[in-house]
Amino acid sequence: MKPKGKGNQLSSPAETSAAPVVDATRDAMVVAIRGTLGAAVVDSMVKPGDDIWVRVSTESWRNSIQKLKDVHGFDYFCFLSAIDWLPSPFGRGEDDPSEPAPERDSTIRPGYTGGDTRMQLLVRIVNSETHLGINVKADVPNDSYTIESISNVFAGANWHEREAHEMFGIGFTGHPDLRNMYLPTDFEGFPMRKDFPLLARMVKPWPGIVDVEPLPGGDATEEESAS
Amino acid sequence: MTILNDPVSAKLGNRQQLSYIASQAADARLNVELETEGMTLNIGPQHPATHGTLRIIARLDGEQVVWAEPSCGYMHRGYEKLTEVRTFPQVTTLVNRIDWLGSFANEVPFILAAEKLMGVEAPPRAQWIRTILFELSRIANVSLFLGDLGVQLGAITPVFLAFRDREYVLNLIESATGGRFHPNFDRIGGLKDDLPAGWIDETKVVMKKLRNFCDEIETLLFGNEIFQSRTRGIGVIPRDVALQYGLSGANLRASGVDWDLRRDQDIALAYNKVDFKVWTHPDGDSFARCWIRLQETREATLIVDKLLDGIPSGPVMAKVPKIIKVPEGEAWVSTENPLGEMGYYVVSRGDLGPFRVKIRSASFNNISITPWLLRGVYVPDIITILASLYFILGDIDR
Amino acid sequence: MFALLAVEIPYWGQSLLRVLGGLVAVLLPAGTIVYLFLFKMMSFMQSRLGPMEAGPYGSLQLVAEVGKWLQKEDIQPESADKPIFKMAPIVVLMSTFLLVVVVPFGPDAWFTDFETGVFYALAVSSISVLGILMAGWSSANKYSLLGGLRAAGQLIAYELPMVLAVMGVVIQAGTMNLQQIVFAQNASSMFGFDGVGNPYVLTQFVGFVVFMIAIQAELTQAPFDMPIAESELVSGYMTEYSGFRFLIFFIGEFATAGVFAMIASTLFLGGWGIPFAWFGWTSMDDVSNWMNIAGPIIVITKMLVLTFLIMWVRFTYPRFREDQLQRFAWKVLIPVSLANIMATAVLKVAF
Repeated sequence: MKPKGKGNQLSSPAETSAAPVVDATRDAMVVAIRGTLGAAVVDSMVKPGDDIWVRVSTESWRNSIQKLKDVHGFDYFCFLSAIDWLPSPFGRGEDDPSEPAPERDSTIRPGYTGGDTRMQLLVRIVNSETHLGINVKADVPNDSYTIESISNVFAGANWHEREAHEMFGIGFTGHPDLRNMYLPTDFEGFPMRKDFPLLARMVKPWPGIVDVEPLPGGDATEEESAS
Repeated sequence: MTILNDPVSAKLGNRQQLSYIASQAADARLNVELETEGMTLNIGPQHPATHGTLRIIARLDGEQVVWAEPSCGYMHRGYEKLTEVRTFPQVTTLVNRIDWLGSFANEVPFILAAEKLMGVEAPPRAQWIRTILFELSRIANVSLFLGDLGVQLGAITPVFLAFRDREYVLNLIESATGGRFHPNFDRIGGLKDDLPAGWIDETKVVMKKLRNFCDEIETLLFGNEIFQSRTRGIGVIPRDVALQYGLSGANLRASGVDWDLRRDQDIALAYNKVDFKVWTHPDGDSFARCWIRLQETREATLIVDKLLDGIPSGPVMAKVPKIIKVPEGEAWVSTENPLGEMGYYVVSRGDLGPFRVKIRSASFNNISITPWLLRGVYVPDIITILASLYFILGDIDR
Repeated sequence: MFALLAVEIPYWGQSLLRVLGGLVAVLLPAGTIVYLFLFKMMSFMQSRLGPMEAGPYGSLQLVAEVGKWLQKEDIQPESADKPIFKMAPIVVLMSTFLLVVVVPFGPDAWFTDFETGVFYALAVSSISVLGILMAGWSSANKYSLLGGLRAAGQLIAYELPMVLAVMGVVIQAGTMNLQQIVFAQNASSMFGFDGVGNPYVLTQFVGFVVFMIAIQAELTQAPFDMPIAESELVSGYMTEYSGFRFLIFFIGEFATAGVFAMIASTLFLGGWGIPFAWFGWTSMDDVSNWMNIAGPIIVITKMLVLTFLIMWVRFTYPRFREDQLQRFAWKVLIPVSLANIMATAVLKVAF
């Protein structure tokens, strides 16, 4: 029931830094994190005024999160998920099913802070005092798809890891129970992997992959036409 | 007793500590009491207390819960996968249906994430209207919660008052956007349309009605001794646990964490243009959560009033290309939605549609605490706790 | 009821009239309560109109509802204990009929004139617990079982304050005969003033409040509706019932509310009587015959006032938790009513 104290004072300096070239707070935080984690940090990136990305090595995943929580006060668990960097072999489902499938580029191109494997784990944790959040990434080995669980660091990661397990097929060692959460127990395959086909799109391609055609009787106020 | 040396309880405030010790004692009692044959009660998937199809498997000893676990997935619609085959403007149709009571609020963070990647910023008027509609959808959502709360606890009258007054807000949303539940009004770079004529005056009248409704609920429900005895000290979530589980919104603020994403982050919405109070409560029990929501509804009506006073003129759409291609990059945007922190982690590959969208919905985290929270409570308290945590099934299952 | 008729009625005719009278005395209040309070008053309290289409002002809605229920399929769960499952609603409704038997409606308009009417009424009112337990157990449903057990615990807990609350009345009237209690209230005076008689709601106000709370619990109306608790136990012991079996439960619920309100008005509001001093009546024989016609109307009016109170509370309050309810019964109501009995006894001896 505290009256609102720091609100506007906090947001107003940030507002002036809408497009800053350097972001002192976040840069300092990255330096501090590199100091604590040492060699565990593989790569890091700061988007000024926006966010921090840190990639840690697979082996140090749990320890890094633990240290970030204990030393840097990132005590709020926001979410955990995975990204499959393999480009989808099915495109956006716009292929005509009667024709042979077109050749697609299947080189894996990772996002911010790079990556060496197909699967990458992504967790976002926030400092509840300063409200500064970071995205921590870690590679998931291509051969085993297994990584340490952080559910004993953040209890909330439990369900998120279960979700990542059933959707991406990532194993979490040390997780109390990796049962399916959404899918039936006997479901085969991992739906969120890029090579898992979205069957509804395979049998009937989506007609509206680009939807800028004007409506029948449409006029000049069509919303996408800003020109 | 080891409870007093428990690292969690040592960090808590006095009142929270007592409640925490009480809940731990309930645990201990379960183990000492004479063991009788337990009973497994399936609450749901279709049950009056679950808004949708949540199933709670509760192992009971008499009326006391030995352990309970929610089982979700009865409504999983695979939105994260579906976004990968849609274009950016098409995704808003999907995300509208995540939290179906406050739909407009779901569109905003996604659109903001796309705008952030594109380097586009909506014109000021669009930002203000977005903020106003955002708060209106909060009011529409939470006023239903306030009414429904009564029904969950056995009082049938508040829900009708809630539906009566929520109707005014839905009419406002409809007259501005054309959709009562799924507006799909947000566009990358602004809004579909400007506000209709006379909308601002109308909104002010409705906001006054909504404040009356809040007073009514406060006296009818929150001042009632039975309501207080049913909610106070029930389902106490200490600060640390709330943070660990990633609770957000009113649930987090009810545990004494002064954190509101509307105030505490720099975001392209008009929240930093108005002064408003962020309510917190030290207790962390069910009553605190409900009380915070009531205060926030009232605060939201005040925010809308203030925003309406200062709404700037100008266009509602920035210059964006006809075919939207979002440049390569990753962006995370989250906003303070009616249910809590709702965020999108958008990965783009410079294509028509997103490469990967992680939808961080509030209810998923909020409900993930229930196995911890429901141990040792009574069956009626399951309902109280679930009602006070306030989840929407679409928001859990996505 | 029959002394006012000039012709002599044979015994079978009297019995038939009594059965018909009993049906009317149970079903008429039930219908009135459902339409007046459940349909209309609740709607007005919740800023809506309630049924408006069936009949003028929705007055035939009840007929439509009954028609709907009668047409519904009678579903019995496969693993239910069928004979008991079928018997349970009848047992619940039966207790209502047994209860109305002792309610006096006029100087001669009664079904039976028990010397121990109060005792009998309190005894048969607990038969409905049996029906509820039977329904909860035989449904083979966990919600029903929980609801049935809750009902049993609750009804047993609230039987006691109810008995103790009535005790004060019995002490003051010096009789357990309901007819005598009505007479005692209307014929006596308070400190020489006989304008309103001496309805026991004035002298036994504590008893009246405890009694009303107890019948609220006995009727399983909110805030004591844990056995039904639609947000927790779906519909408690009634979960598996449909069609006309549910209808019987439904009638039983509201008819019992009416009959309990009649008993409360008899015990505390002077029953069928109006202050006898208005007409100069001093004994039971003085009461003129037209009271046999006016009496039922007066009882029904008083009953409606009390049912209004019951329903008002029902539509306003949230529900207790089971343990809070027990605590309330044992730690508040029973001590209060015991204190009331002691005070009454002391004052009775003193005056």
